[in-house]
Amino acid sequence: MTGFPGSEAIVAGIFLVAVATTVAGALIAALTTRIIRSVCGLALCCVGLAGLYYFLHSPFLALMEILIYVGAVCVTIVFAIMLAEPEESAAQEKRGTVWLGSAVGLVLGGAIFWGLARLGLAGPWSVPATRVTDGSVPALGVALLTTYSMAFELISLVLLVAILGALVIARTGRTQP
Amino acid sequence: MSLPEPFRLLAYLLGIMAFVGLNAAYLVWVERKGAGRFQRRPGPTEVGYAGLLQPIADAVKLLTKQVIVPPGADATLFRLAPVVVLAPALMCLAIIPFGPHLVAREINVGLLLLFAFGSINVMAIMIGGWASRNKYAIISAARVVSQDVAYEIPMLLVVITMLMVTGTMDLNQIVRQQAGAFWNWNLFKLAANPLMPVTFVIFYICMLAETNRAPFDMAEAESELVAGAFTEYAGMGFGVFFMAEYANIVVGCAVATVLFLGGWQSPIGILPGAFWFLLKLYALVFSVVWVRWTFPRTQFYGLLNLSWKILIPIALFTLILSSVMLKLF
Repeated sequence: MTGFPGSEAIVAGIFLVAVATTVAGALIAALTTRIIRSVCGLALCCVGLAGLYYFLHSPFLALMEILIYVGAVCVTIVFAIMLAEPEESAAQEKRGTVWLGSAVGLVLGGAIFWGLARLGLAGPWSVPATRVTDGSVPALGVALLTTYSMAFELISLVLLVAILGALVIARTGRTQP
Repeated sequence: MSLPEPFRLLAYLLGIMAFVGLNAAYLVWVERKGAGRFQRRPGPTEVGYAGLLQPIADAVKLLTKQVIVPPGADATLFRLAPVVVLAPALMCLAIIPFGPHLVAREINVGLLLLFAFGSINVMAIMIGGWASRNKYAIISAARVVSQDVAYEIPMLLVVITMLMVTGTMDLNQIVRQQAGAFWNWNLFKLAANPLMPVTFVIFYICMLAETNRAPFDMAEAESELVAGAFTEYAGMGFGVFFMAEYANIVVGCAVATVLFLGGWQSPIGILPGAFWFLLKLYALVFSVVWVRWTFPRTQFYGLLNLSWKILIPIALFTLILSSVMLKLF
């Protein structure tokens, strides 16, 4: 970005697009009544988040976000939806409970937002003098296998247990008619 | 390059879009000609010399057709699906090094980008199949997911093997490592991993499955599912799905060329790199067409068994073998 006229504006515009994508995706995921559209909103939100990660100088994390959340998690959710009934029946809830739930949700959401915003605005920000690592793949790999090796191993153990659990559930589900 | 960066990117974007369009049109011609020759008939001959203008006529025909959204379908998602299926393929082409300097954007995690955006393809076909509100389309969408999830695993295992051998995710860097005569290509680097040709075959099979090509075209099994996920699409909606399919084939073959066949490296040291890259690329694409018209469609159980019982164990074995070789030598 050396001296091209309006490069700042272009970068700011792309940043705004990323933010807008994230917010729009989240809104679609939360507001729509069709569950398949919620998943699409989630995917859109993840793509926007990946853009934000890219702006934070971690392209690896951005691509991982797309690979894992859009390519794997959302696909799994859609697959689960497909196994369920294709025609989702309209929820027959009493209007009173809906209003009560919405009010409680609004108050809680507002409180959390206010608290986080206050923390972010009032809390002290310690600015690192230099960037710790360059966020590249070798740096991440070295960090995972030295500083965070314990957490890394524990996570793989948890995943292994989860896979075994899924196998056990599938096996018992199959033998019982 | 004297152009400022944004203009250069715009130029590449236009170039890639033109490439994808023409490529799809003429791969359809190659497909039909190839199908004809393999079945001992001439293929398209009427429009232009040897039917060379047939793709243009087809494109015009598709463009003039009405795009019908069936009643009861989810109209937004239905219209969105062809876009979502084509956009990631365009994105992937932006980082393919067609020549030493002929690449829209060099990025040091290029290989990861290819697979990240490649994984969106499944999501898009699924959205299209679901939004059509058609039994065949939904069955096809469910098949696409289980197929692509099954073949993603051996493919990523092969890619991890290649990453360990090359030590970088930068596509241009991978190509530069394979300089020299053809025995320097990764395909023949038997010192790094004696099973390298096997790895290539696994990658090729997975690429066929990921792009939903015969013998793995479960997404679009014409004889059983009408046209699978694309049953309800008319006109250019269908055309865009086809463009995306051919773009994905080109991306897959380009990755195979970069990873195994030396990319733009010339085996004998003459002619520019882009020529060799396109030669290798289209040789692979032709082999994909060849496979389609030679092998019949597999059964779905056969397809999943091939992945889970044969390809994944072999891919794991080559992964372990190459890590042992790297550690020992």
